[in-house]
Amino acid sequence: MQHLTIFMDIESSRSYIDELYSSDVTKVLEALITLKNSVIGSNRQKSSVIQQGIVPRLLQLMSEQNWDPNIRLEATITIGSLAKGTSENVNALVEQGAAVALVEILKEVPIGTKLAEASLCALRSIFLNPPAPISALPAEMRLLSRLTQITREGSPTARACVVRILSIWCGGPIEQEALCAAGACNAIAALLAPKGTTPPPIARALPALDLLAAMCFENANVSQVALNTRYGDKTIPELLTLLVSRDKPLPVAMGAARCITFIHRAGALPADDSRVVFGALPCLARLCTKDMPEDIRATAAETLAYLAEVDTSLQRLAAISNHLMSSLADIVNCPSAAAKQGAFKCFASLGANDEDIRKRIIETHGLMVHVVNGMNNPEPSVRLAAVRCLHSLSRSVQQLRTTFQDHSVWRPLMQLLSESPGTELLTVGSSTLCNLLLEFSPAKEPMLDQGAVEMLCNLTKRPEAALRLNGIWALMNMAFQAEQKVKQRILCCLGTEQMFRLLGDSDTRVIMKTLGLLRNLLSTRQHIDAIMNEFSSQVMQAVIVVLEGSYPAEVKEQALCILGNIGDGEKAKDFIMANEDVLRKLVDYLAHPESKLQEAALFVAGNLVWKGEAGCAARQARLAELGVLRALKLLRQRPDAAHLHDKVKTALAQFNELT
Amino acid sequence: MAAMGSGRGTMDSQNQVQSDNIDRLKLLYPNVNEDETPLPRSWSTKDKFSYIGLSQNNLRVHYKGHGKTHKDAASVRATHPIPAACGLYYFEVRIVSKGRDGYMGIGLSAHGVNMNRLPGWDKHSYGYHGDDGHSFCSSGTGQPYGPTFTTGDVIGCGVNLVDNTCFYTKNGHHLGIAFRGLPPNLYPTVGLQTPGEVVDANFGQQPFVFDIEDMLRELRARTRLAIDEFPLPDEQGQWQQVLHRMVSTYLVHHGYCSTAQAFSRATGEHIHEDITSIKNRQRISKLVMSGRIGEAIESTRRLYPGLLERDADLLFLLKCRQFVEMVNGTDSEMCGGGGGCLSHNGVATSVISHTSRAHSPVPPDTHHTHNGLHTNGVTDISEQKQNCDVDMTPEPVAPLNPCAAPTAPSTGAPNGAHDGSEPVKGMPGVTACVAALLSPRKFEGEGCRASVERMLAFGRELYAMSQKLSQDHYHKSMLEDAFSLLAYSNPWDSPLGWQLEPVRREAVCEALNSAILEFQGMQWVSPVEACVSHSRELLKRMARASLGACAFADLPDRATSNDRSGAPRSLVLRDPKSGGDAGSVAQVGHTDTFAVKAIHSYYWGRGSCVAQS
Repeated sequence: MQHLTIFMDIESSRSYIDELYSSDVTKVLEALITLKNSVIGSNRQKSSVIQQGIVPRLLQLMSEQNWDPNIRLEATITIGSLAKGTSENVNALVEQGAAVALVEILKEVPIGTKLAEASLCALRSIFLNPPAPISALPAEMRLLSRLTQITREGSPTARACVVRILSIWCGGPIEQEALCAAGACNAIAALLAPKGTTPPPIARALPALDLLAAMCFENANVSQVALNTRYGDKTIPELLTLLVSRDKPLPVAMGAARCITFIHRAGALPADDSRVVFGALPCLARLCTKDMPEDIRATAAETLAYLAEVDTSLQRLAAISNHLMSSLADIVNCPSAAAKQGAFKCFASLGANDEDIRKRIIETHGLMVHVVNGMNNPEPSVRLAAVRCLHSLSRSVQQLRTTFQDHSVWRPLMQLLSESPGTELLTVGSSTLCNLLLEFSPAKEPMLDQGAVEMLCNLTKRPEAALRLNGIWALMNMAFQAEQKVKQRILCCLGTEQMFRLLGDSDTRVIMKTLGLLRNLLSTRQHIDAIMNEFSSQVMQAVIVVLEGSYPAEVKEQALCILGNIGDGEKAKDFIMANEDVLRKLVDYLAHPESKLQEAALFVAGNLVWKGEAGCAARQARLAELGVLRALKLLRQRPDAAHLHDKVKTALAQFNELT
Repeated sequence: MAAMGSGRGTMDSQNQVQSDNIDRLKLLYPNVNEDETPLPRSWSTKDKFSYIGLSQNNLRVHYKGHGKTHKDAASVRATHPIPAACGLYYFEVRIVSKGRDGYMGIGLSAHGVNMNRLPGWDKHSYGYHGDDGHSFCSSGTGQPYGPTFTTGDVIGCGVNLVDNTCFYTKNGHHLGIAFRGLPPNLYPTVGLQTPGEVVDANFGQQPFVFDIEDMLRELRARTRLAIDEFPLPDEQGQWQQVLHRMVSTYLVHHGYCSTAQAFSRATGEHIHEDITSIKNRQRISKLVMSGRIGEAIESTRRLYPGLLERDADLLFLLKCRQFVEMVNGTDSEMCGGGGGCLSHNGVATSVISHTSRAHSPVPPDTHHTHNGLHTNGVTDISEQKQNCDVDMTPEPVAPLNPCAAPTAPSTGAPNGAHDGSEPVKGMPGVTACVAALLSPRKFEGEGCRASVERMLAFGRELYAMSQKLSQDHYHKSMLEDAFSLLAYSNPWDSPLGWQLEPVRREAVCEALNSAILEFQGMQWVSPVEACVSHSRELLKRMARASLGACAFADLPDRATSNDRSGAPRSLVLRDPKSGGDAGSVAQVGHTDTFAVKAIHSYYWGRGSCVAQS
């Protein structure tokens, strides 16, 4: 009460601010308390105090080891109060070194003191405001051991603060490993354990679950440690299984299911483990249902998406669990971006592998409209999730021909891809394009008109391997059984230089698809001749580059297949026949130990010697001269090439004059 | 226990074997009163279409028709409808074989629905079909619902009787709600349609594949929350005061005088009865609780003249108990002249121990050791308790049994009816046994014979008295039970031995105490007990009105009320032995929320807050 009256007096004069800088301990303390009372509960006062530049003095008072402990405590509480202000307030505090100063106090002050608790509260407030000052808290073993000790022995408030801070701080493998080494798993197990039959209170369990999830995310080592950490007679997964049950508060069940999910995805629990199948999965499916609050549904859908992302059996189970698909179709209609994107991601996971599920998603739940709307959503995360969903569904041949066409999904997709989207969206979007551009897709034509070729060619120039791959892959699909003008357009647009660049790509898959594109371009006789007429030297050079370079067998196989295609052309054959290098290589490959290269070479030889075509006798003579005939005969005798015998015989039969 | 016994009565004999170990269904559905609403435990042998065959204790169903068209469909219902008091009911069906086409339906149907159909096709019939995975809600056309099911799958069907919904499970996975707005009294039903189809049911006798406990816990928590959050006007929500009054009136009611006074001092709760009056009642209660009924009757006559004269039924109840205590050897009338003992040291003498040569009976909690003393076992019961003001937990009175090894078990001489005069003539059902008791034992000694004769005289008097009362079943069976004790050489070990248990005195004590209170113009039942009976009654009414929430509103002490007489047992509070502090407040503070709400509804006469919630 006494302070209050002082405050009233000084509030008008504000002279107490000056007292803060006094050397008289009593005066400073009084001034501090007055200041504290004035900022508590008032954002206006907080901003004003920060603007007046008092923070450095407060930090100084807070860190002064030799002063009155009460001064340190009051200064810390005041900082803590300021940290509960607006986002700008917190940013200002961090800039002035508040976080670092608080961490310093934690290093030095004994655990269990009021000062330690006050600094933890202040630090938590600061960490709760993104972006959290992660670097203020170094991954030092001594400090972390101290913090985990607090999670075991501290007051309930101190524990909750530490665990919350660490759960935000733990954002990468370094932090994960450091915490694990400091014994955080044991501390977490203790926080999650029931006392007798009473489950842990929600305020204790929630931060612990968040911390556990943060530690296990994509970390096999930490997840393995968590798997084997016990409290009493129960391991962490067993404790989590207790928490996913239906009588637990929703956020707790959600958090526990999320932890099991992360431990599973990090490889510590198999997909058929009962804690995954009967613990996390049904819990998440239940949390997606209509009766649940929207934020819970959103997180549950997203977590379920992650849980079922790769495993087909989990996808099938989820698809029949608790009307999940209806729940998701309903979540898509929720107003929040988080809910929409969670639902789209979950649909994407469910439909990843199973054609039947994809069919149900589209037919039963009329999802296409929502996906198209989602791609036009102002929120980037929703657009991305919608494209992911579309990508997953585009694996269905049937859907490509029907529903996708009905809804012209390519239109918003092309739109998105042409608006300089982020890398992630571009990757997923171009993968989807690959599927849409498959030969039988009716979407192909309109997409060409929208400038798909140009866009894809640009993709092949991206620094990201995944994007180059998608670009060239899509082009390859586009060229498959395409009209000649489309092929011409691809070749012109891509340019031979770029093609050579792609053949030298660091990613073998890119090289494969580039050769694949060439193969697709060089198919059907007229196209072969037309294209070779124009690009013969470049194409031959490309093939020679591959055949001579140190490429894996499957790449060389592609190159040989291109030769084979060229050999199928009418005039194009001459380009091969004119190149003695290539012909000699052919002989070598016929004797190559790799069976698929033998077969590919055989395919080339077969096309070249085919009788009844103009100049075949001359070619046969030339090839025999270079040793092709002998190589074929040898091949016929090789027991390991038995499966090729019929083809060899056919080829040999062509040489009737020479045999 | 009574409910369980009769529940078994309704089962066919083969099933009984299974449930002898533990009755899992009792654990799943503790609030179901099987006397009123038996649980489904097997398929009905009558309520089925002729194409259905049953085997394996009527749990396995197979199809034995032609199975050509849907007109050959056949169903079977369980023996009983699902009681609402289950709260959440669940059963599982394992597909042993899908037969030719796997046209199997699992679900529910009301009584009387055509059995020549699959469940779900008709009104008041609901099913989930294996061939297409569709759900059928009283209609010939199904809705896409779940996956198909086939040989080896376990399909579960759950009925939520709080929300009136139905869900299914497949191999332990919840498939989501299939039906809403279900009518009450549905039977578990399965239907088959093609040859070779065989399914097994598990009504809960075996562990389920699906974790039903999890859902039960959820509903229990939900119901509790509904009760907790049931809104009350502010002025009625003053629990502390209500609880204090509850505790105080309870203590006064049962005559825990010192504790009541201590409690009153601690809480300021006023005691409305005169202390002397409480002490008088307490004294009489103590006499009854130690089995000294004769003295209790005397005291009552002296302190409350006119009470027993007016209430013949009560007197009869007391006398009957007195007779039982005579057999027990605890009633003082057996030791001296008719008017009670000279000293107040009740001398307990078991008549039967003289006459029967008991065959080493095993009484519960025997802690009076007699070192094999043969004889007039004399024990002082009251002495030990003299100083204890409030203790009324009945000491288990050990029936005094000489442990002398019997040389030969009593042969009993069943045909001794002609011996003696005809003292027992006209006492139906007991003539033979009393006669048997009398006849061959002349050598036993005069004292003993005297007490037996006194007992018989008392019996005759009692019988005469019963003739004057209105002849209702209750009195008759009470008398018969009491008399029948004489028929056994060792009454403690007999099927009617429960009468001799000291705990049986509680009902008598309560009846007398209530009558005295009423006689003095006070409430004859304590508010706590009224409240609990009220709540219990509400639960029963909820069950009858098909309100499934009654399954999850737990009353304290539910499990312990196994009193055969049906009289209310004192419940929440056992008397604190210390007799000093007001420790019992805390105890009441922990009583179940439901009870507290019920207390509230009792106090403010709001009928049924539970039924509404």
